[in-house]
Amino acid sequence: MTITIQLNGRPVTAEVSPDTLLLDFVRAHGCASVKCGCETAGCGLCTVFLDDVPVLSCSVLAARADGHSVTTLEGLQDEAAEFVGFIADQGADQCGFCNPGFVMNTIALLRDNPDPTDEEIRSYLAGNLCRCSGYEGQLRGIRSFLNSRKEGAQ
Amino acid sequence: MLQFQNYVRAQSLEQAYTLNQNRRARVLGGMLWLRTEGGTAGTAIDLSALGLDTIERTGEGWAIGAMVSLRTLERHPELNAMTGGAFAKALAPIVGVQFRNLATVGGSVWGRFGFSDVLTLLLALDAEVELYHAGRIPLAQFAELAPDRDILVRVLVPDAPVKLDYQAARIARTDLPLLTCAAALPQDAPPRLIIGARPMRAMPVADAQGILSAGLTPEAIRAFADYAAGAVPTGTNSRGSAEYRTHLVKVLTTRALGGLIQ
Repeated sequence: MTITIQLNGRPVTAEVSPDTLLLDFVRAHGCASVKCGCETAGCGLCTVFLDDVPVLSCSVLAARADGHSVTTLEGLQDEAAEFVGFIADQGADQCGFCNPGFVMNTIALLRDNPDPTDEEIRSYLAGNLCRCSGYEGQLRGIRSFLNSRKEGAQ
Repeated sequence: MLQFQNYVRAQSLEQAYTLNQNRRARVLGGMLWLRTEGGTAGTAIDLSALGLDTIERTGEGWAIGAMVSLRTLERHPELNAMTGGAFAKALAPIVGVQFRNLATVGGSVWGRFGFSDVLTLLLALDAEVELYHAGRIPLAQFAELAPDRDILVRVLVPDAPVKLDYQAARIARTDLPLLTCAAALPQDAPPRLIIGARPMRAMPVADAQGILSAGLTPEAIRAFADYAAGAVPTGTNSRGSAEYRTHLVKVLTTRALGGLIQ
């Protein structure tokens, strides 16, 4: 079947099998930041935005995304660049494997709630698993970004 | 991995129902359990173009479309106001935001999963289901049936003030629950208690001995918690033993009923 997806702002038309996953579709079209980490829809590494809503691309059919817009980290470099340095400064990126999904969901969090509490951050990012860290470094990094943004606004 | 030959975005419920009469067809919900479970199917039937992703107030209550995401339900202002925030409390611990943006109410209810927080909560609210072919039936009855070839269209929640307390025990945040418990106190009916993730499907615990008939006093709650621990069958799986779950029945029942009188 032929589908057309608006991928990172540009229309991509391709022939897919009825059971092709969105994860495999975006990877086949140059978005290698999107990875499958767990096979059980539980790790958050394959997070993409489907019509601006963060979803697990491992569990979405490419066919279901036909006619919709899909955004990956490749399309959000500027928005990510605002805060990823703060997370790196806390040494929170160790092996880095979980990073793209983590960054995607942090973007979703900050769009939805620009000034979250620590508990709101923990709760929003609870579906992004990191097997190196204890999540504290990421939390400190996001907190430090939010503080810096507030200071900048003053 | 789930494999299938055809994908159809149904244009009507009639079309979806007709396609689903083939034993090799599968109706797609959020596709999370389906994808994890794997297997093969003939036709995947997608209900996402049928406008079933809305929560609407009807004359008698709330009609929750089968394709409403758990995240939408979790954040619904009026349903949370009606239940003291029980929807948010029950659903927020399910895996993660991205998962709940996909997972659907219809998929959760149709699956009648033993571990379902959703089923536990909706049973406490005395919900009904609307099936395309069989029509409206109480969720409590639906929950006991084996899946057939019908299509779940909506879940109907009565619009009646109800005090509700939701409790779940998890080994780790975002994991499947070890036990779930919902207690509800309708304005003009006796309290209801539902226990789920036993690990079998959620079930109501009837107050057969009238322990709570004189009111929800701390003594009556303790007595009912002891009664519930004896009355609710539990089992053992990788998350916990039957004995531990029976202990949790007592603890969570005490907390949930206690939450109703605070």
